[in-house]
Amino acid sequence: MLCIDNKETQDVRVLRVDADDKKLPEVLEFVDTLLEENNCSMKVQMQIDISLEELFVNIAHYAYPEGNGWAEIRAKIEDGSIVIALVDGGRPYDPLAKPDPDITLGVEDRQIGGLGIFISKKQMDEIKYSYTDGHNVLTMKKKIC
Amino acid sequence: MLKVDKIIEGGKAVVSLSGRLDTTTAPDFEAAVKESIDSIGELTLDFKGLEYISSAGLRVILSVQKSMKHKGGMKVIHVNEDVMEIFEVTGFSDILTIE
Repeated sequence: MLCIDNKETQDVRVLRVDADDKKLPEVLEFVDTLLEENNCSMKVQMQIDISLEELFVNIAHYAYPEGNGWAEIRAKIEDGSIVIALVDGGRPYDPLAKPDPDITLGVEDRQIGGLGIFISKKQMDEIKYSYTDGHNVLTMKKKIC
Repeated sequence: MLKVDKIIEGGKAVVSLSGRLDTTTAPDFEAAVKESIDSIGELTLDFKGLEYISSAGLRVILSVQKSMKHKGGMKVIHVNEDVMEIFEVTGFSDILTIE
């Protein structure tokens, strides 16, 4: 498969949106465009989309309990991987610190909470959190070619 | 985008999904199933056209599965490889009847 500029670091692209889950299609399209330009397979694109959806929706639903806020998506291709940083100015919160859900429980005992973050952890190669300059920053990375 | 088709016959319902079951579309799926759940004994979810699923979709599936457990049951058919991977990662493949 052709992999364009896989040894070069391209410019970071930035999208800033309201922290509202209605913005999800716009967020996914922003990243999908970059993936398509770099010949990412549909399978890997879907894995990245799911992770991005889970983490963006998490911000939209929980980062700003007092009201409205913003989220910024910074994406770049680096050494054949996509690196996406999700930044918000909401309350400090590390979603990765939450224990993974028990996925062996039966239907009756199953809790759905935390499943989205768990899926993201499984689908991405790397995912990390930091609180920097008053912002939550979640950075995820995945090989695309 | 998600397309939801529902056929009910003799207390059995088949709900077919095409497209993406995500945060924005999961409420449509939930509404379509919940409005019929009292009148059906068996439920089949046909995922032949389903290309994408996130935890919002899993949440609805789990909730419906719990509702159907004490009735005639629920099964999921025609699950594609990508959706199956999400079922496996989350352990849903162990709690759902997938044919």
